[in-house]
Amino acid sequence: MINYELKLNPTEAEKEYKIDINKRRIDRRILLNNILKKVFFLSMVFALAVLGLLLYRIGIQSIGWLDVQFLTGKLSIFPEKAGIWGAIIGSIGLICVVIPVTLVIGVSTAIYLEEYATQGKIASFIKVNLSNLASVPSVIFGLLGLSLFGRLFHLGSSILAGGLTLSLLVLPIVVVSSQEAIKSVPNFLREASYGMGADKWTTIRKVVLPVALPGILTGAILSISRAIGETAPLVVLGIPTLIMKIPKSFMDDFTALPIQIYYWTLDTVLTPEYANLAAATIIVLLVTLFLMNSVAIFIRNKYQRGF
Amino acid sequence: MDFMEDIKLSKKIITADDYVYDVQGLDLWYGNDQALKDISMKINKNEVTAIIGPSGCGKSTFIKTLNRMIENIPIVRTSGEILYHGKNIFDKSVRVEELRTTVGMVFQKPNPFPKSIYENVVYGPKIHGIKDKNLLLEICETSLKSAALWDEVKDRLHDNAYGLSGGQQQRLCIARCLAVQPDVILMDEPTSALDPIATAKIEELINHLKTEYTIAIVTHSMQQAGRISDKTAFFLMGELIEYDSTEVIFSNPRDKRTEDYITGRFG
Repeated sequence: MINYELKLNPTEAEKEYKIDINKRRIDRRILLNNILKKVFFLSMVFALAVLGLLLYRIGIQSIGWLDVQFLTGKLSIFPEKAGIWGAIIGSIGLICVVIPVTLVIGVSTAIYLEEYATQGKIASFIKVNLSNLASVPSVIFGLLGLSLFGRLFHLGSSILAGGLTLSLLVLPIVVVSSQEAIKSVPNFLREASYGMGADKWTTIRKVVLPVALPGILTGAILSISRAIGETAPLVVLGIPTLIMKIPKSFMDDFTALPIQIYYWTLDTVLTPEYANLAAATIIVLLVTLFLMNSVAIFIRNKYQRGF
Repeated sequence: MDFMEDIKLSKKIITADDYVYDVQGLDLWYGNDQALKDISMKINKNEVTAIIGPSGCGKSTFIKTLNRMIENIPIVRTSGEILYHGKNIFDKSVRVEELRTTVGMVFQKPNPFPKSIYENVVYGPKIHGIKDKNLLLEICETSLKSAALWDEVKDRLHDNAYGLSGGQQQRLCIARCLAVQPDVILMDEPTSALDPIATAKIEELINHLKTEYTIAIVTHSMQQAGRISDKTAFFLMGELIEYDSTEVIFSNPRDKRTEDYITGRFG
């Protein structure tokens, strides 16, 4: 144990002892720092290596399969003839449903909760439940979509049913991220607007939303890119295994990129080439997600504010 | 808009009287804490009324009550009356949006919108329905001139307001407030975030503005109150201790507590 007692007139021996103790403690801390630095570095290498391995595997598998014919062709049970044009159209259709639905309902909900609702027990109860909803497994939202949109509204397994189900899935995330963006708008801007006789909605429309918009869009794009990668809710909805037709309207049956990956990997035992098709589809999906995330980062950086 | 009509009418009638606000027995609570106790005072037309007092004495609360900004805090309760041109502003028929178009406010920290200088000034006129581009430009120019900022910004009206210095930003906020053509301007420690030179400019501006507007200003600086105001109110612990012409307050205060505060014995 070190004696920290302050002595007014320490002897030379005591001084030296103290210096020695300090030196050893500092040595130990520097050693710990160096060890931890290596541990953190190895963690990063491990994470990147797993990702690299995945990319390498699917990259190798998709060589020779990822070509124009594959991108623009229709689905087929013969691996050489199969293409994913239908799945691409299906995924785009889903996005076209998810974006307006989640933005309109999500942002409106966030505006109500942050700007209009009386901040009290009920509001915080709703907020806690929204955060809980955001972590409910996607398959459960699939079941909800099946009974609500598929059965009750007779939308079957159409693009509209799928899009609405995915909207439900990401809605809590969009609400929470929009709430954060609205909350980060400094209050003195609202006060300035109220001080000139502006009502609440004018203040929200002209002051709050323009400032919060980059945050809202970033959150929305990130959650929508999660939606287009989701498989489970669509499987529960009963998307057909093999569909040759390219969907023409939102009421048509469809297939989507993650669904295609899922079905092809189920059948690799009998038709090994399906693994290559799945790999090629994964590449397409990853590129799409990468592009969407880049747009989100671009928006965030472009509109960064300095208050 | 009958509230506005009322004001216009009463303005004509009351021109004989020289006060704009008549506060009568105002009490205000934050939850269970009483922040203002039985305040009664008149605020005179075309004068600068300074409100001084130590931190937490209720001076900011009081000025924010005059345009009902204080009601943005949900737990606030009030009683008593504030007559604005003879009409109680707490009356159910009075809408805060209308009240605040005639009672402008300048805040402690300059708070321009993250928009261009032009957009900042015409924000008020725009939300009140003026669409004509030429009229808006004219309002922008007059307001900026009245706020003594025109010469500094006339070549960069469409630059972001955040490129201005703190003092310029505060004068921009005053211009933005003038653009709504208010009758009263409430100022809540408008120079506390500014350097002495910028402060001097704002004080000069206030002196100019009082020929056309009625100004109530909260300040923590007694020197400032002495320099710019015609009347001074001294608040302490939520009470109005003394209210008189600035000369009397600073040379011959009646109350011992006022004298102690002014001579720097506490605060």
